[in-house]
Amino acid sequence: MIGLSAVPLAAQVNAGDTAWMLAATALVLMMTPALGLFYAGLIRAKNTLNTFMMCLGAIAVATVMWAAIGYSLAFDDGNGFIGGFGYAFLNGVDFTPRDGTTIPHLLFMAFQATFCIITVALVSGAVVERMRFGPFLIFAALWSVLVYSVLAHWGFGGGWLADKGTLDFAGGVPVEMGSGFSALAAALVVGARKDYGRQALLPHNAVYVLLGAGLLWFGWFGFNGGSGFSTGNPGVLAFTNTLLTPACTLLAWFILDLLRGRRITAIGAATAIIVGCVGITPAGGFVSPGWAMALGVLAALPSYAIIVWRPRTRVDETLDVLAAHGIAGFTGILFIGFFAQVSWNGTSDGLLYGNASQLGDQALAAIATPAYAFAATYLLLRAIALFTPLRGSEREEALGMDIVHHGEEAYASGEGAILVSPEEGAEAEVLVADPG
Amino acid sequence: MIGIVRPEKANDVLEALYRAEVRGVSMSRVQGHGGELDRVETYRGTTVKMGLAEKVRFEIAVSEPFVQTTVDALLSGARTGEVGDGKIFVVALDHAVRIRTGETDTGAVTPVGA
Repeated sequence: MIGLSAVPLAAQVNAGDTAWMLAATALVLMMTPALGLFYAGLIRAKNTLNTFMMCLGAIAVATVMWAAIGYSLAFDDGNGFIGGFGYAFLNGVDFTPRDGTTIPHLLFMAFQATFCIITVALVSGAVVERMRFGPFLIFAALWSVLVYSVLAHWGFGGGWLADKGTLDFAGGVPVEMGSGFSALAAALVVGARKDYGRQALLPHNAVYVLLGAGLLWFGWFGFNGGSGFSTGNPGVLAFTNTLLTPACTLLAWFILDLLRGRRITAIGAATAIIVGCVGITPAGGFVSPGWAMALGVLAALPSYAIIVWRPRTRVDETLDVLAAHGIAGFTGILFIGFFAQVSWNGTSDGLLYGNASQLGDQALAAIATPAYAFAATYLLLRAIALFTPLRGSEREEALGMDIVHHGEEAYASGEGAILVSPEEGAEAEVLVADPG
Repeated sequence: MIGIVRPEKANDVLEALYRAEVRGVSMSRVQGHGGELDRVETYRGTTVKMGLAEKVRFEIAVSEPFVQTTVDALLSGARTGEVGDGKIFVVALDHAVRIRTGETDTGAVTPVGA
């Protein structure tokens, strides 16, 4: 026994921490179908299934890519830019605790996988209602590695931003700024919907939007609360701030809506929930509850302004991923640089508490992340477009993605539907008014 | 006059009618079949041929001099050149009354202020 006690004890798996992280992982996975609901409500009825399917598609391809190489490139030791191949195909990812945590490495990998999945799904918001489903899946698979894994390595996996001391609690760098600025690039490469700027393109089901936002908020407690990887103080702080910040964003949004249009809108409220959750994502475990509430109000302002302004431009970044995620994530990352408090986070102070260098580290992340996300996504989509068209014909777009790509309708009435045997159906695979 | 058009062209038709200064329009969603090929959809194990396609039906009452303009507007707004673009039926109208004023026939279908 005496001999053993001289050896430093390896970290042990902690039952309480593991129990919470199992639940948190499931909560975060639920956010992706919730996002599907949120997105599907915001687009026209004829594209409902396709929009939802982009989120389910993200679960499929991002999970497989993550297990194959994505996790390794993000979380294996490598260089400052990208991780190594040590954990490729989950080699060596087992029940021993992940370094720096008290949870099994396998569970750590699964928790991080759900982050990769929702980030890929978020980007789809820029290209819904026109991008072809096949090329989207190819894009999602490559993007999850070339953009998400790289940014996750920078911020979480021991990459250069983490080395410098940039604080990012739950993914302001890879998830929020990563998706938001990639969405802008994707919207520019894929181009606007054919009816954009000519017709009013309205949300077809506001209740989906509200329900989706509510489920996202619920899931976000696992997202932020789980990012401490334990039941300890940082996780508890982030969990509580995930309640406080979005509530303040909601109120601020109500006031902005009143000032602008004299009415408080429901879809505005759903958007405010997202903006608030995004704002507190990087800052959750680093700022006091009071400052988290201030962040809720502050984060509303730039995102609101861009959501009002963007539809007047020719950029059809359809579901405003840039405003809701990119810009709110940017706000949250910078906010840490001002208002972080050692007395709450045990790690670092911000400018207001006498540590100006923290703001510099945060600013670095706020510049480098958008630049990389935008450039890499732009080049990736351009490259895919060399091999296959990213979007279909105007006729297909007019018919709707559901019928063209999935052969189903979200709201099929069944009237006039004639039952055929599957064999016969396979032969008679023709669309309405096929020119051939 | 009755025009049956593709739902995705309904906005183009409205725009064309507006440009042609035809102001009085009703529209409704209908389902129909006009000789186009059937669309096949699959829901789990169930495969169906959708025998009816969504269409939009415009009803427009116009005075004699406006008939050709209105037909032209419907054609320009609704045509894609593929089977399934729809039909225009021009039918005689026995009598029309504007409820607000009691004006009849041509007066009833002439836009206010025109």
